[in-house]
Amino acid sequence: MFISLLSEHFIHTALLAGAVVSIVCGAIGTFVVARGLSFAVHAISELGFTGAAGALVIGLDPVIGMMSGSLVVGFALGLLSLRGNERDTSIGAVLAFGLGLGVLFLSLYQGYATEATNLLFGSIVGVDDAQLRALVIVAVVVIAGLAVVFRPLLFSSVDLEVAEARGVPVRGLSVAIFLLLALTTAEAIQVVGVLLVLTLVITPAAAAQRLTARPGVSVVLSIAIAFVSTEGGILLSLEQPWPTSFFISAISFTIYLIARAAGSRSRRRTARLVPA
Amino acid sequence: MSDAPVSVQGLTVQAGSRVLWSGLDIELEAGELLAVLGPNGAGKTTFLRVLLGLTKPCAGCVRIDGSDPQRVRSQIGYVPQQRAFDPDLPLRARDLVRLGVDGHRWGIPLGRGQGGAVDAALAAVGASGYAEVPVGLLSGGEQQRLRVAQALVSQPRLVLADEPLLSLDLAYQQTVVELLDTHRKRAGTPVVFVTHDVNAVLPYVNRVLYLAGGSWAIGNVDEVMTSETLSNLYQTDVDVLRVRGRIVVAGAPDGGSHHH
Repeated sequence: MFISLLSEHFIHTALLAGAVVSIVCGAIGTFVVARGLSFAVHAISELGFTGAAGALVIGLDPVIGMMSGSLVVGFALGLLSLRGNERDTSIGAVLAFGLGLGVLFLSLYQGYATEATNLLFGSIVGVDDAQLRALVIVAVVVIAGLAVVFRPLLFSSVDLEVAEARGVPVRGLSVAIFLLLALTTAEAIQVVGVLLVLTLVITPAAAAQRLTARPGVSVVLSIAIAFVSTEGGILLSLEQPWPTSFFISAISFTIYLIARAAGSRSRRRTARLVPA
Repeated sequence: MSDAPVSVQGLTVQAGSRVLWSGLDIELEAGELLAVLGPNGAGKTTFLRVLLGLTKPCAGCVRIDGSDPQRVRSQIGYVPQQRAFDPDLPLRARDLVRLGVDGHRWGIPLGRGQGGAVDAALAAVGASGYAEVPVGLLSGGEQQRLRVAQALVSQPRLVLADEPLLSLDLAYQQTVVELLDTHRKRAGTPVVFVTHDVNAVLPYVNRVLYLAGGSWAIGNVDEVMTSETLSNLYQTDVDVLRVRGRIVVAGAPDGGSHHH
């Protein structure tokens, strides 16, 4: 069964979509983790769900609704550029209301509940050629955007005060990262669903930074981990008919645990004794 | 217009509706070390932000080598307060210093360009031994050495330091001040040094800018750090004592200016 499925067109599409999405998620994840935006990612994806549910109610494409929901929230969070506890508290308040709206929209929606379930838990094998094209276009936009802002974004993520003093436009970059994040999230939702976006955006980057202290290597490793998790998850779900999202999250979490165990030894200060 | 490296004329700055100070004039000479003192909330950090062009003054103007600060901001070295880095942060000592070279430029850094300048800056502050260690695993004193290297690596025209000694051991405080002192003497770069403790910089400081009570005083240590000058600023009786070569201020109305 496994081998015969591998020749199916929809599996190829799923594997390609998974590759595209994992590259984007892995790349932006490094900055998300460095800036402590895990909760913001969660909020953006759940409000993407609200947008999608709203779109279903008024008969629009849920992907358009999702992207608008994510972008609006991302833009607002970026503009506020709040820090620390204040940020998490206001995100929590907005998130709660947004989810409430999502519940309302779902109850108003008379169509098939599967569409909503797919948004929540992902439906990678349901991606068609048109969706794949859209995924690729958005991915190119995000990767190009990240490449342009890479250095100042890294600077302002790890060292905000000095970056601002040196002339880095920290506020503009805050808006930029949130907009790129909103696009990334809208991509990831289509693969792993709203509830599991963190498994591609946070977990690979968190594992990667346990394995290296080099910023550039960390981005590459994060992409690799997201890629292996996604493609591995898709292939495993062909063999065992459990949800793809489960396998993806299980693989990335396993890699995270291994990285933590390996990293706790290699990243001690004894590193200074090793010649460069 | 003056040809001093830093020229400040008629500077008036407000925080909300409160005037922090007004009519401030100062010109820094090449290689001069200016200590900025005063209680919390007197606007010491705001003074640095005005020099960087990040805070707009109500009146007056700032010129750095004759230019608007915003235009030369990337040529100003900045040493911040020590703060904790996440131990997991994927950033080595070398990377932190490298950001001081080109962190403000767009794009992805390719190759090892500028590696020589970074190595030299690391060596100059005695940090070569931990160049490859993640910054989150370094002590506060080691981090502040890197901060000096980061500020100096791009050959700045001016160095601003905002409480760089806070929470450092005395020995490390000494090191950080000496590193900045050596550089300004060799390169002729003016240094503006915000601190709550004048004693840490006493042997090196050329002039003192004291901000307090909505007013300011400027001059060398013996002119400013007197009972009379500080009493005038605080508008209450303040005693300035010299004890075993250290300056102790007694009676300043808030806790911000106690000198240990």
